[in-house]
Amino acid sequence: MITLNHYLWVSGLLFALGIAGVILRRNALVVFMALEMNLNAANLALVAFSKFNKIADGQVLVFFIIAIAAAEVAVGLAIIVALFRRKQTVSLDELNSMKL
Amino acid sequence: MNAHDILFWFFSIAMLLCGVLVIANRNPIHSALALVLLFVCMAGLFVLLEAFFLAAIQVLVYAGAVMVLFLFVIMLLDLKASERRKFRFLAAVGGVVVAGALAWEFAIILNRPIKPLLTGTTDFGGSLEAVVKPLFSRYMLPFEVTALLLLVAMVGVVLLSKKDMK
Repeated sequence: MITLNHYLWVSGLLFALGIAGVILRRNALVVFMALEMNLNAANLALVAFSKFNKIADGQVLVFFIIAIAAAEVAVGLAIIVALFRRKQTVSLDELNSMKL
Repeated sequence: MNAHDILFWFFSIAMLLCGVLVIANRNPIHSALALVLLFVCMAGLFVLLEAFFLAAIQVLVYAGAVMVLFLFVIMLLDLKASERRKFRFLAAVGGVVVAGALAWEFAIILNRPIKPLLTGTTDFGGSLEAVVKPLFSRYMLPFEVTALLLLVAMVGVVLLSKKDMK
């Protein structure tokens, strides 16, 4: 029998993986993908709570999160492209100054 | 073990493996393709949780639109696979300590039964109406603000993509 805790474990493990990716990787694009994994882990936890507590509001919140994540990806990738155009790299080791 | 349990284990193990692949691959294109699979597995878990609408949105928005953007940018920038970095002992120890602390906290929280603050009375059983009705009544204002946010994001992206930023 699959309970709420099973889903929360999967969500927590996925979140931990995302955090590990953000910390370990140097490529700005891969770090961004790991952030998307974190958002998805939160979505899974919300949907699981919504199902097991019989409240639809969690799914409404996930709908908003998906909409905002899409906007965030568009803006973030535009920033990465603009940075690449100026510095010719997406390595976070070399993008270490606030000055353009 | 019924079909629901087997599908749960299949989707969650496949999803976590894809997560490992995303952060372990040196080539960003392989990471992006593993991320597509991860989003599809997540849509499968949403179906198991009877969130059919969100499963469809997940495939359409994440596995479709967002990943196309990612792949497009990776190919536009023509990124090469990253070379092997020098292993730093102190950083590795710090990472293991942080990850261990996080896992310990998860274990403490998840090993006790979770009592909900609020429970509904009726099982809405995956009906679209139960999800969409609050969207147009109780959450009307956030819904409209989201539309505005998408507009602002679009304008911002156009501005950021201009050749000469003044």
